[in-house]
Amino acid sequence: MSILKQASSAALVAASVVAFSGAAAARDQIRIVGSSTVYPFTTAVAEQFGKSGGKTPIVESTGTGGGMKIFCEGVGEDKPDATNASRRMKKSEFELCAKNGVTEIVEIKVGIDGLTIAHLKGAKPVEMTRKQVFMALAEQVPDKDGKLIANPYKLWSEVDASLPAVKIEVLGPPPTSGTRDSFHELFMEKGAEDFDSLKALKKADEANKTKDFEKVWKSIRKDGAYVEAGENDNVIVQKLEGNKNAFGVFGYSFLEENTAKIEGVKIEGVEPNYYNISGGKYKGARDLYIYIKKQHVGVIPGLDKFVAEYVSDKALGEDGYLAKKGLVSLPKEATDKVRAAATAMTLLDGSTLK
Amino acid sequence: MTDATSTLPTQLPPARRRAIPPDVAAARVRRRYASERTFKALGIGALALTALFLVMLLTSIIVKSLPAFSEHRAVMSVLVDAAVVDPDGKRNADTLRSADYASLTRAAITTVIPGIEGRSARKALTGLLSSGAADDLRALVIADPSIIGTTIKTPMLFSDDVDLYLKGDTGRYTTAAGVAELTPSDVKGDITLTAADQSFAALIAELEREGISADAEAGAHVLDGRIPSRVVYVNGGAVKVVKATANTLTGPVLLPLSSVSPAKTGSWNLTTYAQPESRRRISDQEIVFIDKIKSAGAIERGFNWRFFTSGDSREPELAGIRGALIGTALTLFVTLILCLPIGVLAAIYLEEFAPKNWLTDIIEVNINNLAAVPSIVFGLLGLAVFLNYFNLPRSAPLVGGLVLALLVLPTIIISARAAIKAVPPSIREAAIGLGASQQQAVFHHVLPLAMPGIMTGTIIGMAHALGETAPLLMIGMVAFIVDVPTNISDAATVLPVQIYLWSDLPEAAFQQRTAAAIVVLLGFLFAMNGAAIWLRNKFERRW
Repeated sequence: MSILKQASSAALVAASVVAFSGAAAARDQIRIVGSSTVYPFTTAVAEQFGKSGGKTPIVESTGTGGGMKIFCEGVGEDKPDATNASRRMKKSEFELCAKNGVTEIVEIKVGIDGLTIAHLKGAKPVEMTRKQVFMALAEQVPDKDGKLIANPYKLWSEVDASLPAVKIEVLGPPPTSGTRDSFHELFMEKGAEDFDSLKALKKADEANKTKDFEKVWKSIRKDGAYVEAGENDNVIVQKLEGNKNAFGVFGYSFLEENTAKIEGVKIEGVEPNYYNISGGKYKGARDLYIYIKKQHVGVIPGLDKFVAEYVSDKALGEDGYLAKKGLVSLPKEATDKVRAAATAMTLLDGSTLK
Repeated sequence: MTDATSTLPTQLPPARRRAIPPDVAAARVRRRYASERTFKALGIGALALTALFLVMLLTSIIVKSLPAFSEHRAVMSVLVDAAVVDPDGKRNADTLRSADYASLTRAAITTVIPGIEGRSARKALTGLLSSGAADDLRALVIADPSIIGTTIKTPMLFSDDVDLYLKGDTGRYTTAAGVAELTPSDVKGDITLTAADQSFAALIAELEREGISADAEAGAHVLDGRIPSRVVYVNGGAVKVVKATANTLTGPVLLPLSSVSPAKTGSWNLTTYAQPESRRRISDQEIVFIDKIKSAGAIERGFNWRFFTSGDSREPELAGIRGALIGTALTLFVTLILCLPIGVLAAIYLEEFAPKNWLTDIIEVNINNLAAVPSIVFGLLGLAVFLNYFNLPRSAPLVGGLVLALLVLPTIIISARAAIKAVPPSIREAAIGLGASQQQAVFHHVLPLAMPGIMTGTIIGMAHALGETAPLLMIGMVAFIVDVPTNISDAATVLPVQIYLWSDLPEAAFQQRTAAAIVVLLGFLFAMNGAAIWLRNKFERRW
């Protein structure tokens, strides 16, 4: 009989525990969700904030889209206070937020992330244009008459004579990754726009409300030239080490941490380094954001102080600890503007979103 | 084997229906033996291959993880300045906690290498220490306020880059003793070192080989960060070489010289650091500082206890797995107390009491199906039911445990049923024959005998739960959580999630931490599976 007794009492304990913790105490800890790209920076701020007396915020890594969904679920203790994003909030997301009562959102642009194409050190330095990247990786490219054909290029030298005569092989993130979205927007879309025929297609799209142009730059070839190497940028770096002819696509902070092994490709003649990205010269860069629920300020203790810590000079400044973690900060005037807006908790205007 | 084959035909029994010629029979037998040998070889080959992969995997992980288990510290004298720590002298705990300990550790390291001027050089020097050094000092002071106002000798943690430099081979260098008398122009700032003509011809030739040619404008060979860096150690100081001619070397002083008196041949040296400055995380300035501290004998290497005693951090040298370990324990505890009783009772009912009809058939099929459902589905279920409907807290081991319990319940029911089925009917029949009720027969006789099998199944199910990350993503356990959880409704993360999060961070030191956390997780799994085998061997009965 004893086993039955033990078992049933254990089940009872479990059930009572479940019932008890359903009525959780008021939350005194900031909760943040969102992009895995911004995660390394927000966590650094969270840790500093925790060390200076507050309770260390919990930062979840859910991806930009997933984070927006949870963030926009509503206002209240069981909903997160902020979300990280590796792109700007979409109009649809803003509307979802508004529908669920999240009407006061503060947008903070925290910095820039350079998206780099890199290869193993020691290989001959390479320069590319975004047009060449598009030609090498798009599923369909225009032929000389402007007609779309399946991508015929096998070697880089076929794309452009200045490039090496090696097989096209690019290791990059899978479609589920925010980095992949940025790669499409920053490299493939801009590259596609350099073709007159595709530009015409874009115009026709706008007139007819079709999406043919989008389809062209959003499709990456599937014949092995582009290898989906996983969400983890470190894996891409490791795979590059074994293959000196391959190129990898990943965030600038990984290039910076691995300067001993890998080297960034110049895009349109501009090397991916801190100053070129910060100054806006390097074309493959995207802005990083964090969105704050203003309705939670004053309800969740320390949220305003956390925002102040995030935009403080010791975090966001050029010599700040976020720069050491690989975040490229905005130029000084832009940072000052961000700081002023964040301190004043200026609300995000939905009409500026796309 | 060959002998046996050749003698076999004579021993074959006579064919009953159709006579097979002896040579054909022999050929068939040979074929049969050959196919058996091939099968054996393939089996051994497969095993060997698996073993090889396993050994490779384990070795690579263990080798990678080893550096993470040790850390470098600078043993230095720190003045615990009462004016900084406790200005009002009341030993108030809050005052002690919020004092600026970083200024004390900064002061301590600047006394080891005195005379460093210039903001960037001072920053490089104080940046060698981890921000954790100040936290350690704070802990010391709070534990024993009597040290305020005294000077104590204590180890202080280095930053991750310094630690990696001291562990790795980025600092490989070659030293050439000075071949002529060398005269420095000053002891600090940008200085010129002059020697007799052609003293540096060898260096110039070396630079030419590295692709540096004479710069007409500067009238010298200009060194940059892309070639191995050269540092001249002279008169107790160090000078980085930026420009070189046949008789002069020019560059900034990295470590102040003691005097400008000419250094004799052989008393100075030119050191070449093989790794160019642009290819490492650590600058020439920092290398010179570290080597100076090292030569003062103030660097110690010790076991990294912090890895087991602290929670997560964004500083690799401070990050530990304690939070994840406790989170794992809490989560598995919830899982165990839920699924062991439910699973065992369900198995007993299905096996011993349930009538065999279409309903129980459907239940049985469904349990088997559930065991094969992708784990992320359980996470989605947990999100929809536990978080959104029951409003349980996000990221809590309670919810994690509930979700994992759903995940392992089918495994436990299936293994428990198998264990109960394996108890011979004679035990049951004997009990019932002596007048026991069905329930008494099951709980007094069958269940105790089935327990080792049930335990083994449970432990294997728990080991399965231990390795899961996907379902936990949906319920918010994939998160940066610094505080170590204390109960099942605190925010927590688990070991495999910690591994996943660390593996995605850019800092090189986190790669070693990742490997170390994997070693700990593997240790856990081995221990659990070992316990399962031990239980089986100790209590299993054979009939």
